[in-house]
Amino acid sequence: MSAPELSGLGSLRYLWRQLTSMRTALILLLLLGIAAIPGSLLPQRTQNPMKVREYFTNDPTLAQWLDRFKLFDVYGSPWFSAIYLLLFISLIGCVLPRSWEHAKAIRAKPVLTPKNLDRMDFYRTIDTTSALDSAEAWFKKNRFRIQRNADSISAEKGYSRETGNVLFHLSLIVILIGIALSSSLGMNGSAIVNVGERFINTPTSYDNLTTGRFFSSESLQHFTITADKFVAQYNPITNAPEDYTLSTTISKTVGGSSEKKVLKVNSPLTFGSTRVYLQANGYSPIVTVTDQSRTIVFQGPVPFLPQDANLTSTGAIKVPDAQPQIGFIGSFVPTIDRSSSRGAFSAFPEALDPRLLVSVWEGDLQMDSGIPQSVYRLDTNKMARIGLKEMKLNETYSYGVGTITFNGFTPWVNLQIVRDPGKQYALIGSILAILGLLTSLFTRQRRIWVKVGKKVEIAGLAKNAIDGLESELNDLTDWIERFNEKEIKQERRKK
Amino acid sequence: MSSSQLAYLSNNLVYSSLFVFTLSFFLFAIETAWSVRADRENGVFDRARTEKFARIAIALMTLAFLLLFGGVLARALSAHRVPWGNMYEFSITGALAFTGAYLVALRKYNLRWLGLPISIAVLLVLGTAITLLYRPSAPLVPALKSTWLVVHVSAAIISGGVFLLANTIAATYLIIERMESRGGRNAWAKRLPTLETLDQLSYRLVAFVFPLWTFAIIAGAIWAESAWGRYWGWDPKETWAFITWVAYAAYLHARVTAGWKGKKAAWLCLLAGSTFLFNYVYVNVWGTGRHTYSGL
Repeated sequence: MSAPELSGLGSLRYLWRQLTSMRTALILLLLLGIAAIPGSLLPQRTQNPMKVREYFTNDPTLAQWLDRFKLFDVYGSPWFSAIYLLLFISLIGCVLPRSWEHAKAIRAKPVLTPKNLDRMDFYRTIDTTSALDSAEAWFKKNRFRIQRNADSISAEKGYSRETGNVLFHLSLIVILIGIALSSSLGMNGSAIVNVGERFINTPTSYDNLTTGRFFSSESLQHFTITADKFVAQYNPITNAPEDYTLSTTISKTVGGSSEKKVLKVNSPLTFGSTRVYLQANGYSPIVTVTDQSRTIVFQGPVPFLPQDANLTSTGAIKVPDAQPQIGFIGSFVPTIDRSSSRGAFSAFPEALDPRLLVSVWEGDLQMDSGIPQSVYRLDTNKMARIGLKEMKLNETYSYGVGTITFNGFTPWVNLQIVRDPGKQYALIGSILAILGLLTSLFTRQRRIWVKVGKKVEIAGLAKNAIDGLESELNDLTDWIERFNEKEIKQERRKK
Repeated sequence: MSSSQLAYLSNNLVYSSLFVFTLSFFLFAIETAWSVRADRENGVFDRARTEKFARIAIALMTLAFLLLFGGVLARALSAHRVPWGNMYEFSITGALAFTGAYLVALRKYNLRWLGLPISIAVLLVLGTAITLLYRPSAPLVPALKSTWLVVHVSAAIISGGVFLLANTIAATYLIIERMESRGGRNAWAKRLPTLETLDQLSYRLVAFVFPLWTFAIIAGAIWAESAWGRYWGWDPKETWAFITWVAYAAYLHARVTAGWKGKKAAWLCLLAGSTFLFNYVYVNVWGTGRHTYSGL
């Protein structure tokens, strides 16, 4: 293929034709598959930011190079977007003209009977001279479209194959529209809620919240969820979780009428177009911290993050109101066990024999420095360690400038709150796509011609390679022969 | 019977079926060897001798299939759920579906020549399942407790079985094609179907199962929406399912629209099938993400 002289409109038209050609579409399709691979082999920021950070600490130079090519954000990268946008332009360029052609073809009559029927896939002759009436009857019985001429009939059936084909490709466009709506108007956030506390759906309640470009925080659904009770069941042999159940009290408005609802892993709560999912859980030890004068400077549950499947959890307790400021690096162990290599760790995820291990730090928590801090970590740069203790339930530890009491614990749950306005379109698109696919793959499209000359010629052409045409032609041949025999008999009787 | 008794029974049945599959494999091997020799000696098969062995081999395979069915069923009963909770269970169910598909197809088509490769494949799958992948019977983690498990995983297992069958046939096509271009088929290959039949067969299998694979992905997306809060998240398993889908979509386009046939099409089919295998092995065992249910 040689490129023509490139000039303005001509070159545009040339580009358009190249882009919408089948070969380009095939290459783009394969390219999309290949481009998706690195994202499954390298950690991705959207799914596993911790692993990405690990990559940066382990091999900073390589990580920086990978990052330059957006290999930690493959599915949002310009090059990945470029491939699927080109593919969809190519798809639209292919499918719209084809839909138009097909709409015309449905209304048109079958093509004229070609001259040389013996070149078709299936060809046979019958030694008789009349066939058109009987063939027409057979075609009508079998719902073919027909065009009858003086000496031939051209018949076609199976237009729904192309209908299915067009439907499939159009519904891919519907899915893409759904995805675009989700990413521009949707939101996705999560919040850790201690059991016993209430979540109010306002932007400040979220631990993290990502919103689409055109999402306004006024469109946040109004609701509150109180976490009443959380039950986790674990297998006593494998320690694997078997069931999580969160009992809640929900209300559509703050202070409005409330109702009890149960939230489980596979059954989210629904508020209009917003859904709430139960995603993770852990423990919040409840502590009371006092200063030298035994005045309470901190009291309440502090969420700790699980570190393993048995919920050995770590976190930080920060007490900025104490003088001097006090911080604790803590480790909550629901069922204590010990080993020489790991020290204290949890042997079972349920809190059968809980311990709270703390190291006490004194100094400047640097919470006013303006740099955002993790609530689960203590910045000990300007602090000094003044104590270390493993506590049982209700035990109090005194470290000179104050005391800490391990009062108990409460589970916390991580609620994921999602508004996804495009998902219905994606679902409808998917269902239509499957219907289209089934129709286009399993419909036989075929043409049959019957021509009368010195003898009767019958020919057939199957557009996709599904069997059945041959037996259909046998049926038609039988029908014509039987019909003719009957006529001969009737004529004889008349004589 | 109690759960542990049923689990024990399941193990015994799976072991017995492995034993019977081995016997059936030996008979298929003898049958193949004899037909090859008969063919070499006088140009035609000594049908009487091989026929008997082939019949016994198929009868044994049917017996092994029934034993394995019992094993899978007992496993399901012992855990009170469908037996698709970890990779050991995927593998024994997969082997069952694969053998079942072959035995059903055998009633309609003359596929006896496939008996030897099929029994080798089943032995490999069951062998790895028992030695490397075995995990005690246990209930499911909360995210798997859903009716979608039955819908999504059964669709995925069936599509996988058929993809692999299409792959086997495409590979056979390439081997025979090479032989023919170098001067003719070897003795053992003479009883295999024509190249054109192989080519058509692998295409038909893919065309038949591609909508089911599409459905498996969509069912998975619907389930992910209710369990994980999003219908698509580029989890490694999802990504590879998508890659497999794209590869087979390219294959179908290449065949139907661009008119690819024979060698080129067979290679594309193999490429698409290997993305499925990669997904099953790599993502389950070494991968990260939310689909790591292998229990390893």
